[in-house]
Amino acid sequence: MIAEIGHFAMTLALGLALFQAILPMAGAARGEPRWMKLAEPAAIGQLACLLVAFVALTNAYVTSDFSVRNVVENSHSLKPLLYKVSGVWGNHEGSLLLWVTVLALFGALVAVFGRKLPPGLKARTLSVQAMIAVGFLLFTLLTSNPFERMIPAPLEGRDLNPLLQDPGLAFHPPMLYIGYVGLSVVFSFAVAALIEGKVDAAWARWVRPWTLLAWSFLTAGIALGSWWAYYELGWGGFWYWDPVENASFMPWLLATALLHSAIVVEKRDTLKTWTILLAIMAFSLSLIGTFLVRSGVLTSVHAFASDPDRGIFILLLLAISIGGSLALYAWRAPTLTAGGLFRPISREGALVLNNLLLAAAAGTVFLGTLYPLFLEVVTGDKISVGPPYFNATFVPIMIPLLIALGVGPLMPWKRGDLPQALRILTAAFVGAVAVTAVTAVAILGELGYALIGFAVAAWLVGAAATELWRRAKPTSRVSAGDAFGRLFKLSRASWGMTAAHVGVAIVVAGATGTTLLTAELITKTRPGETVTLGGYAFTLEDVTEARGPNYGAQRGTFTVREEGTVGGGQVLTAERRVYVASGQETTEAGIGSSMMRDLYAVIGDSDGSGGYTIRLYVKPLAPWLWIGSALMVLGGLLSLSDRRLRIGAPVRSGTASATSAPAPAE
Amino acid sequence: MPSLMSRLSSAILCAGFALLIALAPSPSGAVLPDEMLADPAMEARARVISKDIRCLVCQNQSIDDSDADLARDLRILIRERLNEGDTNDQVQDYLVARYGEYVLLNPPMRAGTLLLWGAPAILVLLGSIAVFFWFRGLGRKTAAAGPTLSAEEEARLSSLISPRNGKDQS
Amino acid sequence: MKRILFLLPLGLFIIVAGYFAWQLLYGRDPRIIPSALIGNPVPETELPPLKDDKPGFGRADFGSPDAEKAPVLVNVFASWCGPCRAEHPFVTALAKQESIEVYGLNAKDNRQAALDWLRDLGDPYAKIGFDPQGKAVLDWGVYGYPETYLVNGRGEIVFKHVGPLYPDLIERELLPRIRALKGEG
Repeated sequence: MIAEIGHFAMTLALGLALFQAILPMAGAARGEPRWMKLAEPAAIGQLACLLVAFVALTNAYVTSDFSVRNVVENSHSLKPLLYKVSGVWGNHEGSLLLWVTVLALFGALVAVFGRKLPPGLKARTLSVQAMIAVGFLLFTLLTSNPFERMIPAPLEGRDLNPLLQDPGLAFHPPMLYIGYVGLSVVFSFAVAALIEGKVDAAWARWVRPWTLLAWSFLTAGIALGSWWAYYELGWGGFWYWDPVENASFMPWLLATALLHSAIVVEKRDTLKTWTILLAIMAFSLSLIGTFLVRSGVLTSVHAFASDPDRGIFILLLLAISIGGSLALYAWRAPTLTAGGLFRPISREGALVLNNLLLAAAAGTVFLGTLYPLFLEVVTGDKISVGPPYFNATFVPIMIPLLIALGVGPLMPWKRGDLPQALRILTAAFVGAVAVTAVTAVAILGELGYALIGFAVAAWLVGAAATELWRRAKPTSRVSAGDAFGRLFKLSRASWGMTAAHVGVAIVVAGATGTTLLTAELITKTRPGETVTLGGYAFTLEDVTEARGPNYGAQRGTFTVREEGTVGGGQVLTAERRVYVASGQETTEAGIGSSMMRDLYAVIGDSDGSGGYTIRLYVKPLAPWLWIGSALMVLGGLLSLSDRRLRIGAPVRSGTASATSAPAPAE
Repeated sequence: MPSLMSRLSSAILCAGFALLIALAPSPSGAVLPDEMLADPAMEARARVISKDIRCLVCQNQSIDDSDADLARDLRILIRERLNEGDTNDQVQDYLVARYGEYVLLNPPMRAGTLLLWGAPAILVLLGSIAVFFWFRGLGRKTAAAGPTLSAEEEARLSSLISPRNGKDQS
Repeated sequence: MKRILFLLPLGLFIIVAGYFAWQLLYGRDPRIIPSALIGNPVPETELPPLKDDKPGFGRADFGSPDAEKAPVLVNVFASWCGPCRAEHPFVTALAKQESIEVYGLNAKDNRQAALDWLRDLGDPYAKIGFDPQGKAVLDWGVYGYPETYLVNGRGEIVFKHVGPLYPDLIERELLPRIRALKGEG
């Protein structure tokens, strides 16, 4: 009965979305405030309906209602409660329900928090948001109904894939979806602005908080997925350039670009058509990612059942939403007029460079991901494009970006005037650094790359600290003591930017250490034996049988001490699990983190005579990957908390802030 | 659910694939101690080669990472070839001759992949050209508008340039 | 000129969407990897016999450009492989009805298990090569089980199927090729 209520609620949500898509848009076109007003209750009602549907499905999972096909296929009565709940979105149908629910959530957020938006813009935005909802609700109801019954009901379910039964992955999809779908708001704002034919500083100011919100969650989602791969897959990598990882990374790159270009729109009233295009493309790439995951077009995506009918349905949705918005763009964007001016060497100029490089990076990842498909269609050749390609192309684009990232925030707005002499010196300095870098690589090989990685990271931290200090001590008249006090009164946006940029630096250092400086040892060991690696002595204490709620495990316990020391030490537990229902195996790496490194141990097969294959790593700076990511998310949210206060007051940048202390960084 | 799906390709994809074909019974763990070569330099070469060879049955892992049986067989094959005195390139060619270019995770540069390898440079270059013309357009607009600024525009311009403009100068 | 620039994103998207549509509607299953050996001569590998009373096979058992022989099917199988069991009746029927010789390539198997398997299910093979270590199958470019290769009279591989044979596939892909080869010869 509850499943039927869920199904009915979804249908009702579709009705509301249809209503919300048509009436407010017509109202805005005809200047009918009452019609426009209807968007708000419709958006909130749609969210309410979908929450009911979502709760209904969750209930079916929690109570292990095996008369619902979706529960049978993805759950098991023995599963811990957390994974019963996360099982809701651990499959195609349920994750689509989550997707549309988050979409409705954002619609409702715009309705509630956008009280001060111009009514026309708000009505149109909500209407576009509802159009997306109509498409995806139709898709869910027609091809992927999560509430389908199974009669007769079996006694037990087939269990959720064991790899998904993990705290990291339980929250990875919701985070990522909030990110992906959050970009829909920005998309809707862009389409609404194109329909209105008006993009100005105020528009940029409306859009930036939503971009920040989506970006923060997207960052968190990607980092969680990466963290999971790091400890669950047992060979210590954190990023694989897999097509589906790329599908989440491309929207992130464009969202990052958008975050920065929106500043230029807000400050200088220019770069509008580009920003609109970024807003459309960021969400479009999220949609394309969804398509790639669910259509079976690419090879990595088989975990979701790939059904060609579903693929064609999503492709139609893509064609309508992306094709439609880009057609609208081609038609309306040329009429947008640019306002303000700035010199190439200025903060805005640096932001343009940031956009150029981020867009080129996104384009490279896109082409690398889809090239095998294109080539096969054109020539019939089947090739692979793997990590070596992406490392060789992506990193060289990132290095200038990271260097510019250090300089950008230090540049004055509008026009930077580096004195002539200094400019020449800069060129000499850049040349010297480049030569040093090339020499380092030539002489030291991999270590040379590591040196470059750390140099870039140190540069970023140094530049961010300088920038922050200069903000606190704008002139020599401010004493150092005062400046220190002022540091804490700087706006949250200012701190947010610094935190995010330092976060990038820490991730760069972490990635450098983890990728280039890892020590590895694969060997056979008996319990009680000790092996050494990278200055640490690993002792395999014992291997025991362990039992989890729905799995059996072989658990290896290691004690790790610094070489030459006795006693104490860090204990690592590595497991190999076999899940009862599916018979599938997973590995759980034993990881011991400290500030400067991870110790990483994996236990493998027994050789039948008391020995075990073990795989050990010492990964310098690995924890920095997650610390840096967390700092980036924190920076985004800090900046967002500042922005929220200002949402209601879009003031012209030129006339504002004689009173406000230091201006917000962006 | 990106990386989730992707990593599943290793395990689940294999499971799904098994409905269609069977994969040899698989001992777990990627590179195993008993396959490693005694000579560390030779073993290092084998690792370098196998990191760039795709595991065909798992589709998105290198044979160095994969615990599939075929990956293990190929790793052993690579070590045998090296022991017989093959160069790294010869080993790669040997594999390509049997499994096609598809096994190379690092696509070789040739006519069909020129666009792929050229893409980053082309994108950055096209972007730079676009930015250059855009700036030049901006400059020309100022030059054209320069002498005929209205009073209002003058005022706005000066307010924008003025050092007193705290917001812009911060 | 400027207008065309604004049409560019739409144009690019249409091209990409076109590729997606093509792949969805006409594309091959992305998991199937075409054999690099098609058009090439069979590998040189010599395979020892599985059974005492039936020979193994090697390069000399296939034709060559100088000395053409009858076309041959090579069927890779193993007793541990479920799909092999499923396709076995069809392989048997092919060997009988199409009067084409089928060579079996038993891979990564235990000899006794393989012999038992053949005793239970029947042995349609003209020759059976035994590859317990799974080395020869690497030369053949095998990556899943079962696999079936069609070799022409000149000893070149002309067709490969990964996965079990089934009637529709035999009818559609295999028989026309076998008949064409026989017509030539």
